[in-house]
Amino acid sequence: MENIDHQKVFDAKIEQDANIEAKDWMPEDYRKHLIRQISQQAHSEVIGMQPEGNWITRAPSLRAKKILLAKIQDEGGHGLYLYSAAETLGIGRDELIKQLHDGNAKYSNIFNYPSLTWADIGAIGWLVDGAAIVNQVSLQRTSYGPYSRAMVRICKEESFHQRQGYEIMANMMAGTADQQEMAQDAMNRWWWPALMMFGPHDTDSPHTGNAFKWKIKRQSNDHLRQKFIDKTVQQAEVIGLKIPDNQLKWNEEKKCYDHGEINWNEFYEVINGNGPCNRQRLNNHIKAHEEGEWVRKAASAYAIKQKSTVSQ
Amino acid sequence: MENIKDTQWPIWEVFIQSQAGTPYKHAGSVHGSDKEIAMQNARDTYFRRNEGTSIWLVPTDCIVASNPDDAEMFFDPSNDKAYRHPTFYTMPEGALNI
Ligand SMILES: [Fe+2]
Ligand SMILES: [Fe+2]
Repeated sequence: MENIDHQKVFDAKIEQDANIEAKDWMPEDYRKHLIRQISQQAHSEVIGMQPEGNWITRAPSLRAKKILLAKIQDEGGHGLYLYSAAETLGIGRDELIKQLHDGNAKYSNIFNYPSLTWADIGAIGWLVDGAAIVNQVSLQRTSYGPYSRAMVRICKEESFHQRQGYEIMANMMAGTADQQEMAQDAMNRWWWPALMMFGPHDTDSPHTGNAFKWKIKRQSNDHLRQKFIDKTVQQAEVIGLKIPDNQLKWNEEKKCYDHGEINWNEFYEVINGNGPCNRQRLNNHIKAHEEGEWVRKAASAYAIKQKSTVSQ
Repeated sequence: MENIKDTQWPIWEVFIQSQAGTPYKHAGSVHGSDKEIAMQNARDTYFRRNEGTSIWLVPTDCIVASNPDDAEMFFDPSNDKAYRHPTFYTMPEGALNI
């Protein structure tokens, strides 16, 4: 059989917008980039369960509690879809979890902020999931097949997350002066971190060159951030919330909103471990993992025993 | 139990039938120490809404996949057998219901 020029076949597929599948040849850096990006996203889904989990026992009604539980369970599911996609690249779940615990794999900065009041649950669903959706919709067209399919599945489930959050905010804004103040306070604290979720400005974001070339990433950080701002401002206005940015204004020429400068110092401080909840989030994960060890072992022991009794 | 290794359990591929009568489609994978736990995990992971009515689980290492490098040799020959398709044949003018 003639020698196949793997790189050429790969390049042609990317050129034609065809998906790369798990068993296809791919450049080592493509594989590495995907493992880093997909696992970071998986860890984010799972760590992201903590700020919301903080309010399950204090949800203000049975309806609210049921919704919150379902939403958090979805996030756990999203983590699992993504781990599953990462594993097709030849890395094991044990290794992925180890990387998280060692601090070698990151998760989204946003989950290092605390959820202080019930209004934060509204702000998280509306703004944090809202920002995540903009990114995830764009990633449905990513070049790696298993990743793209996980994104499609996730996007189907996300819109309920955003709507339940917005409903909480709308209800509070229709409530007492105290409730309105609480909603605005949550808005003030979550707005800027939500904008930071899209990552650094295009002019100073590392890694993006290859990610674009390989069509892992389809739209730039700034483009996606702008999209999020443009649709969220109107939603805030409808329920009477103010965007905490006095430089925010409509740019008639560009047909989009101009916004104030993002505090990138804060962004890098939190990335480097100095956010309000970094230690707590990671320690919780490690603790749950360690406390689950006997369960994993017991189930493995049971499986071995079942197999040996069957074969006798 | 001291000699049992702590692992994330074996991987199973999950196939979903979304409606009775339709083919099963690959959804993703789950981890499970045995069939029962894998089935429970597949249900919790891929069936939180009305995604389907039936699940197949296959241990990942039992899947046999074709080699992408052989794709040309393996699948292209069927392209030059146009006579396997009904449009290859010329039907006499006026013949109906064929
Ligand atoms: Fe999610
Ligand atoms: Fe979500």
